[in-house]
Amino acid sequence: MAFINLQNVTYKYPLTKGPVLQNINLQVREGEFVSVIGPNGAGKSTLCYALAGFVPHFFKGEFSGEIEVDGKQSSKSTLDEWVLNVGLAFQNPFNQISGAKYTVFEELAFGLENIGVPRDEMKVRVEEAMALTGISDLADRSPYSLSGGQQQRVALTSILVMRPRLLVLDEPTSQMDPIGTREVFGVVRRMAEQGMTVVMVEHKMEWIAEFADRVIALKEGQILMEGRPNEVLTSDLLTENGFGVSRYTSTAREAKKRGLWRKDHLPVTLDEAVEGFKK
Amino acid sequence: MNINIKDLRFTYPTGLEALKGINLTIDSGEQVAIVGQNGAGKTTLVRHFNGLLKPASGSVIIGGWDTAKYSVAKLASRVGYVFQNPDEQLFSRDVLTEVSFGPRNLGYSKEKIDELVKRAMALTELNDKAETNPYDLSPTWRKMVALASIIAMDTSIVIFDEPTTGQDAVNVGRIAHVIAELKKEGKTVITITHDIDFCAENFERVIALSKGQVLLDGHTREVLGQEETLAQTYVDPPQLTRLGKRLGLKETVTRQEEFMQAIT
Ligand SMILES: Nc1ncnc2c1ncn2[C@@H]1O[C@H](COP(=O)(O)OP(=O)(O)OP(=O)(O)O)[C@@H](O)[C@H]1O
Ligand SMILES: Nc1ncnc2c1ncn2[C@@H]1O[C@H](COP(=O)(O)OP(=O)(O)OP(=O)(O)O)[C@@H](O)[C@H]1O
Ligand SMILES: [Mg+2]
Ligand SMILES: [Mg+2]
Repeated sequence: MAFINLQNVTYKYPLTKGPVLQNINLQVREGEFVSVIGPNGAGKSTLCYALAGFVPHFFKGEFSGEIEVDGKQSSKSTLDEWVLNVGLAFQNPFNQISGAKYTVFEELAFGLENIGVPRDEMKVRVEEAMALTGISDLADRSPYSLSGGQQQRVALTSILVMRPRLLVLDEPTSQMDPIGTREVFGVVRRMAEQGMTVVMVEHKMEWIAEFADRVIALKEGQILMEGRPNEVLTSDLLTENGFGVSRYTSTAREAKKRGLWRKDHLPVTLDEAVEGFKK
Repeated sequence: MNINIKDLRFTYPTGLEALKGINLTIDSGEQVAIVGQNGAGKTTLVRHFNGLLKPASGSVIIGGWDTAKYSVAKLASRVGYVFQNPDEQLFSRDVLTEVSFGPRNLGYSKEKIDELVKRAMALTELNDKAETNPYDLSPTWRKMVALASIIAMDTSIVIFDEPTTGQDAVNVGRIAHVIAELKKEGKTVITITHDIDFCAENFERVIALSKGQVLLDGHTREVLGQEETLAQTYVDPPQLTRLGKRLGLKETVTRQEEFMQAIT
């Protein structure tokens, strides 16, 4: 049975004219790493809110359909129960930091403290999580005196440290440096291999293709296409609908017109591009 | 209006030294990208250009004005800065008021304000959102509002702090178009970005910062070709540059057309 099961999910915010999510059906198995892509306003963040229980528990509006995670129905749970299993990293990391604490370490320990994790274990878990996201040297800094990318790393770490069964990440690398971005994708991949289920909104096609199991392309609140990363990310349908593509894909597509790309399939990653272009 | 930075050092009140001796000259009308690791000091550096931060030692001179001696309000007539986090910048109840605030504050004539606001709203395609409260918009559109409100000020120097984060292909294209328009008008554009492909396609000069110092500075192709040095500040070369290297192309390529020529 699927770990995430969305049945005919339709949702409209109190202030929007029409539905922002329309008839979404989606099944994700445990330990799968799914990436959601789509233009601005497609409903990516709203889908994240739905998975994290904020829609419809926090944002009111008109909701129909069913959201199930690990056999439990969102409609029959409270938000407090739901968030024990589902961690959401918000799109704007600047809003995620609680600021109730003096140091990054305390900020990260805060959530664990709330669920009664013993002091010794807490320390180990926070240190492990900081090492994963490369912020060990920020432990004693104030969460407010950080650069944009450092704040985003703290926000992400504060979710990872809770070890939720379902990890929902809304553009978690938007402020990160290029090599740091690739490393975060690698960390998320490893989490998935350890059994965490991941839904990650992203725009960085090269790394999605390299690390994710499946891609969901969302447009105007509907699933336009889904499938294996290479299949979705090279499809003409995406380009026709204004989605971005990796430079490997766009360049090979152009090369194909000029007879310089001879493979059937277009590339998304560096290795695929090298394979197709080499003499 | 040139920017001259000499031996610039800056330490935050926490004791952290974020800039450790920066020397740079940026000429009038240049299009410059600043890249580098999280925490390298990019935002700290550009906040010195409009006087939000003042040097601990050394100097920042904007067209003959020493920023240490001029207020942020005064410098606002020369340098526009779009914040990394738009929420630190926006405060008006609707988009039109927000975009009009800057030029109004600079004391331009009514006709000029109208014209500047109209152009900024058109360039960023915000017209259908004129009446909306910026906080009812998504973070990506809030960033566009922040951008519009700065370009409406018509300053000689415009600074964007990570303008493309979270923007889709269409909006990235809009931002590239804005930069091209500002270039045509002879303005200096300085953009901090982690999007190295965007950087390669829209800027002539790249400055790579690392741990509070300038690591590399030069023509885009020269800087972005130096894979090993860039890695010190957690930056990858553009996708096509990496591809060219792997294919053993002799020249460094950064853009599609260069790549095509090199393989034909
Ligand atoms: N709290 C809200 N109240 C009313 N409308 C909202 C709210 N949040 C989002 N919307 C609207 O819902 C639609 C989908 O927004 P959403 O933020 O989910 O898109 P997105 O795909 O995440 O976009 P982006 O790439 O800009 O982050 C948009 O039209 C948006 O304006
Ligand atoms: N308000 C502050 N107080 C103290 N230290 C700060 C403050 N803001 C930034 N710093 C520190 O100064 C250094 C440079 O930060 P800055 O914001 O300039 O980096 P950046 O290059 O813009 O990084 P990013 O790519 O993450 O935005 C970092 O070590 C950061 O932690
Ligand atoms: Mg979003
Ligand atoms: Mg910054």
